[in-house]
Amino acid sequence: MPFGRQRKEFPSHLWTQCPTCAEMLFNKQLARNNMVCTKCEHHFRLGARERIELLADKGSFTEHDVDLVSGDPLGFTDQKPYPQRIQQSQAKSGEKDAAICGTVRIDENQVELAVMDFDFMGGSMGSVVGEKLTRAGERALANRTPLIIVSSSGGARMQEGTLSLMQMAKILGALHRLDEAGLPYVSVVTDPTTGGVLASFASLGDLILAEPNALIGFSGARVTSETIGEKLPKGFQRSEFVLEHGFVDQVVPRSQLRDRLAYFLNAFRPSARDLRWSL
Amino acid sequence: MDLVDRILGTKAADSNGHTPMDSGLITDIAALTTPRRPGLWVPLARVLQRPHAIEVINGVFDKFEELHGDRGYRDDPAVVGGIAELGGVGPVVVVAQQRGSTTEENIARSFGMPYPEGYRKAIRLYRMAEKFHLPLVTLVDTPGAYPGPEAEERGQAEAIAKAIATMCGLQTPIVAVILGEGGSGGALALAVGDVVLALQNAIYSVISPEGAAAILWRSATEAEKAANALKLAAADLLRLGIVDGLIPEPAGGAHTDSAATIAAIKTAIVAQVDHLGRVPIADLLSARYERYRHIGTFVEPLAGVVAAPKTEPFWRRMMRGI
Repeated sequence: MPFGRQRKEFPSHLWTQCPTCAEMLFNKQLARNNMVCTKCEHHFRLGARERIELLADKGSFTEHDVDLVSGDPLGFTDQKPYPQRIQQSQAKSGEKDAAICGTVRIDENQVELAVMDFDFMGGSMGSVVGEKLTRAGERALANRTPLIIVSSSGGARMQEGTLSLMQMAKILGALHRLDEAGLPYVSVVTDPTTGGVLASFASLGDLILAEPNALIGFSGARVTSETIGEKLPKGFQRSEFVLEHGFVDQVVPRSQLRDRLAYFLNAFRPSARDLRWSL
Repeated sequence: MDLVDRILGTKAADSNGHTPMDSGLITDIAALTTPRRPGLWVPLARVLQRPHAIEVINGVFDKFEELHGDRGYRDDPAVVGGIAELGGVGPVVVVAQQRGSTTEENIARSFGMPYPEGYRKAIRLYRMAEKFHLPLVTLVDTPGAYPGPEAEERGQAEAIAKAIATMCGLQTPIVAVILGEGGSGGALALAVGDVVLALQNAIYSVISPEGAAAILWRSATEAEKAANALKLAAADLLRLGIVDGLIPEPAGGAHTDSAATIAAIKTAIVAQVDHLGRVPIADLLSARYERYRHIGTFVEPLAGVVAAPKTEPFWRRMMRGI
């Protein structure tokens, strides 16, 4: 290339380009900043393990239901068989399915925390995710602790058909019991949360907190344009839009998420006076 | 006596000598053969002349007074609800999804795709049923919730979620009947029940076969393949334990003899409502929780428990026992 400028070397395993401000970000630095662009605060997706590390008090995470793995109830095959898809996703992500649940402490409050993992088959909700989240809800009820679910999912998992759909009712059943027992449930909505996940537990928290500029919507752009032949306007289905229409409480930057949760959990904690009467 | 036995406990027949599951329902999985080729499942459930909700309501109930509006935004014509007189049982609350039999009617009712206000109207009527101790009967027939920008703005997802959650804890008996097409979350918002029935040629799916084909096969023309893979036919739903019984249809499909179909629906609804009305509410709610709690297939190696596939889930055992 005698006349061109020499191309800069940005090997992709070391550098990531920010899609908003086009800044080249050094991966290590990006990870240290919890996957938020250091220049323009663009929020990249954060892995489930990293999310737990971000939210939980150091070393307080005890994982539950580690060994739940998916079956193949329908014998589903599209481009490839469903069990093969599961295996590939497991090999790629190192997780068993698209949700990680455990007991943590957040600012000394014991909490059941469930985090969905978008890297595992788009965070889709099948029987395993449904079972894990339901168990998390039931554990919160049994221990009388708050429940936090961090959503990041394309919706119900097609490969388990109507069984996936029923997981919505299953989880909401458990959340209803939590609600009746007067225990807090906080839904944290991250990029992206759509379909059956948004149309069930993600929309019904006592508090709903969203990350900035996350995609939050019921129907995907493809479904909308195919069904009614309309295109969704730009900026539609983003956190700020959903906030404006009154369906989330706050849009919270990732750097403040932990402190904000801690504040609410402390506020919801039964006061010492109530505890005295319950003894 | 355990809960299940108590709920179904009435092994005794009613005054006519009928037990609730005698009411012509198909519940025998072994005898089921999934009829016809998969390519026909979906068209058959969507036939324009198939009896739709209002026709069914008028045929099943002696009297029906429609109630309108969600008290917030407007009245959604895709959701029809009100108070109806069920012969031999008394007043019930009915909530149904109505799609049209003609193009004009379909446009007026947005093809049976409810807006958020439709679900909020449904929630209002669920609460009314609870308050006045009336059994709730729902009729499901929708391609799915309306997916347009107005629906997003008004909180489609929140409306559906709240409808499902409300049904989970509703302190009154619920009988849900899937008439034609049960499209995803938009159908589930009316379909959480103590007993969920489906017509023999109904379908119920997590995503429309066209949608699944577009996403998984990247081609809308593979819808037939997708329909087959999704196991959305009524017979499969019975096998998976998602519905509890099938209401038989005439050989050519419900549209060939609406009167006979509606008569079969009536028999089934009367038997179920009558039966559920005798179960204490607390037991009913526990059983409803358990009904959904046990749906799902997973393997848990270290616990040594394979939760499913159970050959016979307990709620079916309940139903058979009656």
